[in-house]
Amino acid sequence: MNDAVLTVLIAMLGGAIRVSTPFMFVALGECLTEKSGRVNLGLEGTLVLGAMVAYAASYHTGSPWLGVLAAGVAGSFLGAMHGTICGLPRVNDVAVGIAMMLFGTGVAFFFGKPYIQPEAPRLGSIPLGFWSDSPNLKSALQVNPLFFVGILIAIALAWSLRNTRWGLVVRTVGDSAAAARAMGISVNWVRFLTTTVGGFLAGVGGAFLSLSYPGSWNQGLSSGQGLMAVALVIFARWNPLRCVAAALLFGGAGAIGPSLQSVGITQGYYFFNAAPYILTLAIMIATSSAKHSARDMPGELSMAK
Amino acid sequence: MSDAPLATEAPRDVIAASRAARSDFAVRLRANSEYVVIPLFALAIAAALFALFLVAIGKSPVDFISYVWRGGFGTSFSLQNTLQRSAPLILTALAVAIPARIGLIMIGGEGALVLGGFASAALAIPMIGHVPPMPTLIVMGLFAMAVGGFWVGIAGYLRYARGVNETISSLLLTYIGIAIMNFFVEGALRDLTDPNKPSTKPLGSAYMIGTIPGTEVHWGFVFGLVLCVALYFLMSRTTFGFAARVTGGNFRAALAQGLPVGRLIVTCSAIAGACAGLAGFFEVAAIQGRANASLAAGYGFTGILVSFLARHNPLIIPPVAILFGGLVASGGLIQRRMDLPDATVLVLQGLIFVVLLTSETLYGRFSIFKPPGEKDRT
Repeated sequence: MNDAVLTVLIAMLGGAIRVSTPFMFVALGECLTEKSGRVNLGLEGTLVLGAMVAYAASYHTGSPWLGVLAAGVAGSFLGAMHGTICGLPRVNDVAVGIAMMLFGTGVAFFFGKPYIQPEAPRLGSIPLGFWSDSPNLKSALQVNPLFFVGILIAIALAWSLRNTRWGLVVRTVGDSAAAARAMGISVNWVRFLTTTVGGFLAGVGGAFLSLSYPGSWNQGLSSGQGLMAVALVIFARWNPLRCVAAALLFGGAGAIGPSLQSVGITQGYYFFNAAPYILTLAIMIATSSAKHSARDMPGELSMAK
Repeated sequence: MSDAPLATEAPRDVIAASRAARSDFAVRLRANSEYVVIPLFALAIAAALFALFLVAIGKSPVDFISYVWRGGFGTSFSLQNTLQRSAPLILTALAVAIPARIGLIMIGGEGALVLGGFASAALAIPMIGHVPPMPTLIVMGLFAMAVGGFWVGIAGYLRYARGVNETISSLLLTYIGIAIMNFFVEGALRDLTDPNKPSTKPLGSAYMIGTIPGTEVHWGFVFGLVLCVALYFLMSRTTFGFAARVTGGNFRAALAQGLPVGRLIVTCSAIAGACAGLAGFFEVAAIQGRANASLAAGYGFTGILVSFLARHNPLIIPPVAILFGGLVASGGLIQRRMDLPDATVLVLQGLIFVVLLTSETLYGRFSIFKPPGEKDRT
């Protein structure tokens, strides 16, 4: 019995690291976008398109890292589209996000059809479990380099938002567009750039889905991870480092189902599949308030009230 | 979203209304035609972009149009198929339009449809053989509406009581709803005699809802039309609807007026969910005959687009829903004859949606739509 519990816990650790990586990238992208005062709900579509493009590029070029780059470029195209459209007056960024979600998913399914069957080269992993004899631990600690790239990006983002000139510009635009305009900053241009970069990061998150874990391309690859990552940013109070921690928490929740399955508990598999959604909703309920706006929220953000 | 309500036309309506009092019909026509011309213009632009897309991948846009016509509208069979498919679109579009009137962007129609359909099937299975078909179907429909209404009502309540963003929460509830159905359909309620697809037990032909006499179209279409008219009157001709629109226009003003804002928000959300739940009931009782994963066919998402294109006006929803029902119905033909993937329709829908929302920026820019005296004001 103890062994089974240990197996589940180890599988959950490994699962948390694997499952959290796409959450982390999408959340970091959305965090940057929201810091500048705009919401991009379309990152779910960006994630799916990124996954498809990464798989296709890896299949054609034979290099999974080129796939990651291509996914980022595709994601930044969608981000730039969102950024341009929302720069027009009287356009609602939340509604455009929903439209971009449908558009990105549609385009990914359209061009992704021929890539469902073929095998593309995947991203390798770093075996961090070399010191252990336990095969479970070894397989759990097969960590994809993108996980560490994500953590580095989070640190860089947190540092530069706080300490650099462009970090100050982004925060000013996000907290008070009027003040930014008075300083001679082009609010639309800054938001366009943050949405584009945010799209790039979300696209890379998609590349992880198709090239590492689960590691194949199909139409059911992402079911709401992009959306949950957007909710996660509210929970992480717009701080890139807390985004990483929150992503790990979500990854752990997402790993419950598969981990239990690994020791033969298949009862309630669908219930545990729903765990991340329920957790997201619970966290949103716990951290929101009807009376005042969320802590540390950028002043220009209209979404969380 | 209470600070930036969707219904941005509210102040314009007020201006138009005050002018109409002392002006003539022509002025009103001119002011309102903006809301017809700009969406049609957006549709035309989206169609042109999609035609370019087809040309770029080496397909003929003319073929595409002719297949949409043949597959969706051209023959009596295809037209009936289109009406059949537009029934859930009408109902899921209402599920977006009603909350939009009160300033909420609810996109949980898909979840309420799936859960409502599943709940009605689960309720019916023990009743089959013991209760006659007609009462069973009535109870099923009411139960589907109650479950759907409860589901989207949660998102409305959380919005009011906890300030939880309703767009995200309603979509999360959709995923949870689909997971709940899968949990039961693959487990406790699975029909073990059917090895192919995890489903509930079939209702059996005696317990299926019939078609409108002389057609192949099921009754869901009629219910959709009736609900559109009823909800139009509710939202634009009753105190309730007026209070809801005031809340959507200015949340703080509604609070200051002492309107029961919380009750209005939850009621509008519950009505929305009930519409989508009813769509699920008709999918089960008229089309599928059982509940399974086919319920999550994306009607809830297409319904979002239908509602936005109809500018959340219940009376405009049916024609728009029929247009998109035809597009969905012709998907199979396009797939076979033009060798295009089934996601082609999704691409077109996404494109229309994006262009439509972009066109929001055009309102108020053209002086041709403004009453004569107002031309120099912006």
